[in-house]
Amino acid sequence: MVAWDVIGALVTLAGSVFLLLGAIGVARMPDLYNRMQAGTKATTLGNLLTLTGLGILMPSWLPKILLIAVFVLVTNPISSHALARAAHAAGIPLAKGSVKDALDHDREAR
Amino acid sequence: MADTILLIALVLAAGAVLLAVLRLLRGPTAADRAVALDVMTLVFVPGMVALAVFSGRKIYLDVALVYGVLSFLGVMSLARYFDRGI
Amino acid sequence: MWPRSFEQPDVRPDEERSLRPFICLSAGLLALWLTLTWSLDPQEVATGLVVSLVVASVARSAVHSVTGCPGSILRRVAWSLAYIPYLLRAIIAANIDVARRVVNPALPIRPGIVKVRTNLESPLGRLFLTSSITLTPGTLTVETSGRELYIHWIDVEADGIEEASERIVRGFERYLERIFG
Repeated sequence: MVAWDVIGALVTLAGSVFLLLGAIGVARMPDLYNRMQAGTKATTLGNLLTLTGLGILMPSWLPKILLIAVFVLVTNPISSHALARAAHAAGIPLAKGSVKDALDHDREAR
Repeated sequence: MADTILLIALVLAAGAVLLAVLRLLRGPTAADRAVALDVMTLVFVPGMVALAVFSGRKIYLDVALVYGVLSFLGVMSLARYFDRGI
Repeated sequence: MWPRSFEQPDVRPDEERSLRPFICLSAGLLALWLTLTWSLDPQEVATGLVVSLVVASVARSAVHSVTGCPGSILRRVAWSLAYIPYLLRAIIAANIDVARRVVNPALPIRPGIVKVRTNLESPLGRLFLTSSITLTPGTLTVETSGRELYIHWIDVEADGIEEASERIVRGFERYLERIFG
């Protein structure tokens, strides 16, 4: 079953490409919120793909590996949201080029 | 063939960790560092699963799962801390 | 544990003493346990049963405001199954979009926080909506207040509430309002 090995490895490779792209985003983006966009979330697809690829390499473990992937998929947005929310409440500003901030506007109106 | 592809994948993942470390060192705010740590977690979890697959020890899958849980709790408590202090 | 915005203010008192949320929660925990252990050994099942009953009785008051047993289960399960590929496709498309922006030397982004409005009533549905929005790269839920969500958008295409809601929320909502009613 050499073919399955190669497919699994290729899926893993595709995943690690997304992991790298997400990390490039974290390094390049101008402010915290954009870094979260590129970083924490562009990497979730990378995470999903690498885990699936490794699951294909080891089919008998696939259910458990997919469970880890689902866990990441469920918890990641919750912690990202909490962090972004806290950061905005703590007054971490948006980058200079940002178009608008409806939340800041509404807070001041209150 | 498969081994070569996986080696390339490992190099790319290592590059991702390096870039995250760069952001971890540069900051500028604590929340940025938290994001960098979160990215590193997302790389390390499949890394641990890879370790489990290649060493053939299924117990490492549980290590990866618990690591994911702890990282989630860590980011949540950091967010709570930024919001209103401990 | 949850961010404050996910907590539901109006607790229905008649459900508080009912056994249904407790049974649902223990069944869910037991299912998770069985997936994790991946065996039907009587000892494993017994341990899982005891642990999930204990955890459910401790956690019930914290969790019951966002859970509740779905009524017509089959219809909801069907829509949930249809939602998974929809969400996956949205995640992949958005990931490629963000990846393209990241590697472009000019870094073409127009970030900003926009306000959108959801029609979803159920708190669990809103939790899934905000999580799905956050999971799709390019949009990130920063704050919620009732029906209104504040979303950090990496490339602001539409300014008004209606247009922005149309672009960001409606697609997910179509599924979620049928799943959570």
